[in-house]
Amino acid sequence: MKSEALSHIRICDFTGQLAGAGATRWMAAFGAEIIRVEDPARLGKWDVLRGTSPFVDERRGHEFGGCFNNHNVEKLGITLNLRTDKGKELLAELIAECDAVTENFAAGVLERLGFGYERLREIKPDILYVSNCGFGHAGPYRKYKTWGPIVQACCGLTFTSGLPDMPSAGWGYSYMDHHGGNFMAMAIMAGLIHRSRTGEGQWIDMSCTDAGATMLGPAVLDYTVNGRPLRRDGMPYSNRSQFPAMAPHGIYEADGHDAWLALAARDERDWQAIAELMGIDDRRFADLAGRLAHEDDLDDAVRAWTSKRDRFDAAAELQAIGVPAAGVAKPVDRVDNDANTEAWGLWPTVTHGEMGRVRVDGIPAHFSDTDWVLERGGPLLGQHNRQIIGGLLGYSDAELTDLAAEGVI
Amino acid sequence: MADHNLPGALAGIRVVELAGEASAYAGLMLAGMGAEVIVAEPPEGHHSRGFEPFLDDEPGPERSLWWWHYNASKVGVTLDLGDDDGREQFRSLVGTADVVLESERPGRLADLGIDHDTLRADHPELIWVSLTPFGRSGPRAQEESIDLTVLAAGGPVWSCGYDDHAIPPQRGGGNQGYQTGSIFAVLSAQTALLARDRTGQGQFVDVSLHAAANVTTEFASVQWLVAGDEVQRQTGRHAAVEPTTFTRALSADGIDVNTGFPPRSARDFAVVVEWMESLGLKDQFEEFFFLEMGTQLEEDLHLSQIGQDPEVTAMFGAAREAVRFIAQNITAHEFFIGAQERGLAVGIIYSPEEVLADPHFQERGFPVEVEHEDLGRSFTYVGAPYIAPKSPYQVRHRAPHLGEHNSILEALT
Repeated sequence: MKSEALSHIRICDFTGQLAGAGATRWMAAFGAEIIRVEDPARLGKWDVLRGTSPFVDERRGHEFGGCFNNHNVEKLGITLNLRTDKGKELLAELIAECDAVTENFAAGVLERLGFGYERLREIKPDILYVSNCGFGHAGPYRKYKTWGPIVQACCGLTFTSGLPDMPSAGWGYSYMDHHGGNFMAMAIMAGLIHRSRTGEGQWIDMSCTDAGATMLGPAVLDYTVNGRPLRRDGMPYSNRSQFPAMAPHGIYEADGHDAWLALAARDERDWQAIAELMGIDDRRFADLAGRLAHEDDLDDAVRAWTSKRDRFDAAAELQAIGVPAAGVAKPVDRVDNDANTEAWGLWPTVTHGEMGRVRVDGIPAHFSDTDWVLERGGPLLGQHNRQIIGGLLGYSDAELTDLAAEGVI
Repeated sequence: MADHNLPGALAGIRVVELAGEASAYAGLMLAGMGAEVIVAEPPEGHHSRGFEPFLDDEPGPERSLWWWHYNASKVGVTLDLGDDDGREQFRSLVGTADVVLESERPGRLADLGIDHDTLRADHPELIWVSLTPFGRSGPRAQEESIDLTVLAAGGPVWSCGYDDHAIPPQRGGGNQGYQTGSIFAVLSAQTALLARDRTGQGQFVDVSLHAAANVTTEFASVQWLVAGDEVQRQTGRHAAVEPTTFTRALSADGIDVNTGFPPRSARDFAVVVEWMESLGLKDQFEEFFFLEMGTQLEEDLHLSQIGQDPEVTAMFGAAREAVRFIAQNITAHEFFIGAQERGLAVGIIYSPEEVLADPHFQERGFPVEVEHEDLGRSFTYVGAPYIAPKSPYQVRHRAPHLGEHNSILEALT
């Protein structure tokens, strides 16, 4: 069973890692035919995640990368050695059957492989080509190398996370690999919508650092309009809320090892409920201006209550009086012990050709008519050569055998 | 750069958005792609018009920079969903829409008789995207929630913070919980539009902020799902099962940099040696000998050799220290450019406003000027996430004043 939402779309996909593979992952979940093209000579290792941890068991190698499986569910995989003329010929035949070509190589790599935009257009005049790299294909930094943390540093996101007078804490994962992929999916679908309306293809140049920098708009305007930079004394203080101002607003110690509780007062009603529950009676905290002026003391008063309580019990007490609160969830809490993620079906199990049944990230949207389906794991290297090079491009089994013997596939 | 006279990819698509904190960014992006996004507020204005920061720090319904940013490129109408006339106007407006985007509390619109279930029979082609903290159903659907609690309950906070675990874990700045949900709302709208191209049918899409946070935590989830391991937060680097080495340095001008992976190939070592020599730092760096040793490597160093082989350990340590030492002796920008031009992937930790001043972003046309003719001024905004020459993403115009485009409603009756 597949989703029918995007079943009319076929993509020749060179994406890898998460920043690229995440884009076509969304589309595969909604039924698009995503054909990953991998290099047989290097065992597909232009995506290093093919062979890196986490692993389901003691087995290692290019079929056992846990992240690769997660990021490439429901995609097809073929092998083409683009150092060979025949490999290039097959790729051209494949592109002629596709709506879009997608990649997140360093800038210029696909062109060096002989498949720059001009060549793609020769093969298929209305092709949509979406490239995605850290700094895009134009601008002085286009050749610079990045991965998630470098992107996050250069677009301002790293700086926004942390405490005053401390190095920035940054993001403890490649936040912009997720959203690099998501913005790329957005660019691909925007290009497909334009193409379906006008018949026109194009080359969309996606830059992860541009995408990341769109995510800090109010802070930027505070500078360009009011002249107030975020790099200033006392900032950032990211567990507190500046836009809009709220107090209390923070992550507070709870009872237990590395246990924390997030809570906030959105307005005076919330505050009065919190003050009553916690027994805080201090006229300095009577209004928001006072609470902001004495925020350290306010946080101490809140902490005196939270630190004696289990984070989830405390969150439930606060929710019961209408106050937003949540225990800081560890992976086990939200993956295995959260009734809502379970009801959502957020961790579906897919079947991978070598790893067997593995749980993966689901999709955070449910469609009433053409919902996503995640059942098939990431492709083994060349797993769908017969289906695609045979079925779609029309090569016989004997020809496929020869192509394999010649090192083309 | 894109030709700004061209329409966007979603030209001709009308989106009706009920103003909301979490969905505002989704509407902004759909408008950036060229959709006509009509943001509907209550007659007294949406409460986010009261959000900081304000123009010249003076509050006022037309002065919130939060409102300005998240509602740029949209047009605005006022509707009172609390009365019959307002609901009737909403029904009429929905009748002209391709997409409805809303983030109302589950049940509210049903109680008012203006939810998708009620309206879909008359509008089978309508796409309705709902963005709520926990989705429309589910056991936690009625919990109180804001950006902070989305990120705390959804996983991101657990992975962010400092090596010292006496310090609370950190929420990244910029309402990223809302924005992450909004990004998935945009993908949902686009996917449903592409599906409608084929089937002619609209549908309902239930997007959950909590689910969105949960599936954007990279290793934290996958590590648990695949191997049952729990990652631990670390200062400025990936939360990990096993601690990793520090990757920060404070440059000579007081700006932090990310020093990336330490050099491990002969080529990398040669680059660092050349760089140190060119900066005249060679004599100040005591372990220079180990860098020169690294230039003779026949195979790349492997992390697993650290602590096992004394020479490798010394070379690794010297390489890491050398990069940090260089950073400490030059400005952050010189370090960033110097390393990247030499093929070493490092990052400069910009504050948001510094990004717009950088020549790379300027050359790509990322900062854009938006005219505020009402104030007789223009201001610089963040621009497009990608460059699409045939169907450009653009910040089209300033955010609407309260009720500025109510003529749209009058035209319906």
